[in-house]
Amino acid sequence: MSASTPVQVRAIAWRSLIRTARQPAQVVPAITFPLMLFAINAGGLDAAAGLRGFPAPDYLTFILAVPFIQAGIFAVAGVGADLARDIESGFLDRMALTPVSRTGLVSGQVAGTIALGVVQGVVFLSVGLAAGARLETGAAGALVLVALVVCIVFAFGLIGVTAAFRFGNGEAVQGLFPVLFVFLFLSTMGLPLDLLEKEWFQTVATYNPVSHMLDGIRSLFYGGWDGEALALAFAMTAGIVAVFLPLAIATLRQRVVRT
Amino acid sequence: MSPSDHPASIEVEGLVKQFKKGPRAVDGIDLRVEPGEIYGFLGPNGAGKSTTVLMLTTLLPPTAGTARVAGWDVAREGARVRESIGAALQEAALDPFLTAREHMRLQTALHGLPATERRRRGDDLIERVGLGDAADRKVGGYSGGMRRRLDLALSLVHRPRVLFLDEPTTGLDPQSRASLWQEVERLSTEDGVTVFLTTQYLEEADVLAARVGIIDDGKLVAEGTPAALKAEIGDPGLEAVPAEADRRADMARVLERFGDGECVHHERGSIGVRLRGGDTALADVVRALDAQGIAVASLQLHAPTLDDVFLAKTGRSLEGSGDGDDDARVAPEPSVEGAAA
Repeated sequence: MSASTPVQVRAIAWRSLIRTARQPAQVVPAITFPLMLFAINAGGLDAAAGLRGFPAPDYLTFILAVPFIQAGIFAVAGVGADLARDIESGFLDRMALTPVSRTGLVSGQVAGTIALGVVQGVVFLSVGLAAGARLETGAAGALVLVALVVCIVFAFGLIGVTAAFRFGNGEAVQGLFPVLFVFLFLSTMGLPLDLLEKEWFQTVATYNPVSHMLDGIRSLFYGGWDGEALALAFAMTAGIVAVFLPLAIATLRQRVVRT
Repeated sequence: MSPSDHPASIEVEGLVKQFKKGPRAVDGIDLRVEPGEIYGFLGPNGAGKSTTVLMLTTLLPPTAGTARVAGWDVAREGARVRESIGAALQEAALDPFLTAREHMRLQTALHGLPATERRRRGDDLIERVGLGDAADRKVGGYSGGMRRRLDLALSLVHRPRVLFLDEPTTGLDPQSRASLWQEVERLSTEDGVTVFLTTQYLEEADVLAARVGIIDDGKLVAEGTPAALKAEIGDPGLEAVPAEADRRADMARVLERFGDGECVHHERGSIGVRLRGGDTALADVVRALDAQGIAVASLQLHAPTLDDVFLAKTGRSLEGSGDGDDDARVAPEPSVEGAAA
């Protein structure tokens, strides 16, 4: 099979971008929902910042890390639903009948969601700063933050890709959404590890990759540059890619069995 | 480029598709389609039409048998086959959020057309299928007929020599159907494109196809030109409706005496039978019905249709297997309408 040309991948990516941009129902909740949750948490749980050993200057800054992870969760649903629709409508077959390679088919598809991830990263950061958060690492930190968000969105997007190829319908992919939210809640989302009272919760949160992503993001806001926290966050993201990229390709092979 | 010792456009031998834990969807099909020919693949839902098309278009590996399309083996030379074919598979596979022009832009790029040619080729094809005015509207707002026409145009981007159309007019109104037929015919006659068309509409196969293959239960049960298949049946069909619904059984008994088989009870309330002895027996039928005191609301005699061929070959009528679309079965010949009570 011939490799995909840059022209082909660019064309698929371009289509993915247009499609995402033209679906307000996908874009608007992906931006507003995390911000709403952020506003509720920042306003209502402010007192938690007074707890002994609370690391952040205020609860708002602490909880601001959460929307960036939610961008990833929305990416699962976004990529997955788009791809599932392509499978159901036969659009994937149409593309599979052209000389494009299988990997070209997938890589282009994620482009729209990654672009949305950049927008989410910038918007969440801007709103957070406007609400009073401080980014200690400055402009460089902002760039690293957006880069991390893009990686997170790509990694989670692969989960959506895998689910779409495996199940082939949008409902099944949407079903992942609550599961991933549980994953988010079983992390250091609401409180730092030391302040989690229940032992089982602490254990789960310790091994939950989401906790490490949150810590990496938070390290950019307070405490100064923390290479270890950042490395862990990127490593966890890479771990998800390492698991789900092969899975995505394997399920793609089952879905597109062209000779 | 294609091997010269395989002049046929499509050549299929003993093609089988056995799904895991499933039925033998395609059960040993042989067929051959000549270059430039329109071949109608006719059968009810679930007969194996689409599965056959998926194998011929390389999207599904065959379980057994061989198939060559444009000279290339579908199992071993998939990429070559794909270069040579265009396909509009079931239900127009389009993105509702893109316009027709944007679809063309994607499709021409995926097929690797040179940058300078992409725009022109796309615009030409859009004009050709009559979507010029709608080219910059999102496909989500298109009618069924417009979608099918765009679908067809997209399948032609790389100038394929063989075209696969899987139920291209299912669900379309008669006008949209006719306009699509016209386009398909033009592709065959003017451009010499070979067309492999699946349909559950007998009229479609009758109008378009030079040759027809009837598939039922994964097997090819008949093949030939529509005229030859109909001639094989010979006797004309008689279709009658009693004036009083409760006399249907009586009427069926009378008709059976003149038929060469059992009566068929159509959904629309009429009773059909293949009339032994042809047109000359009609007067006897009318007399016999009269003698029994059965009033007739309508009585039609029609030359054998492909539906009759289908019935004869499969023991079932195709009409009930589709989506209840009756005008696909309109008899092309003039009929004796309302031959009184």
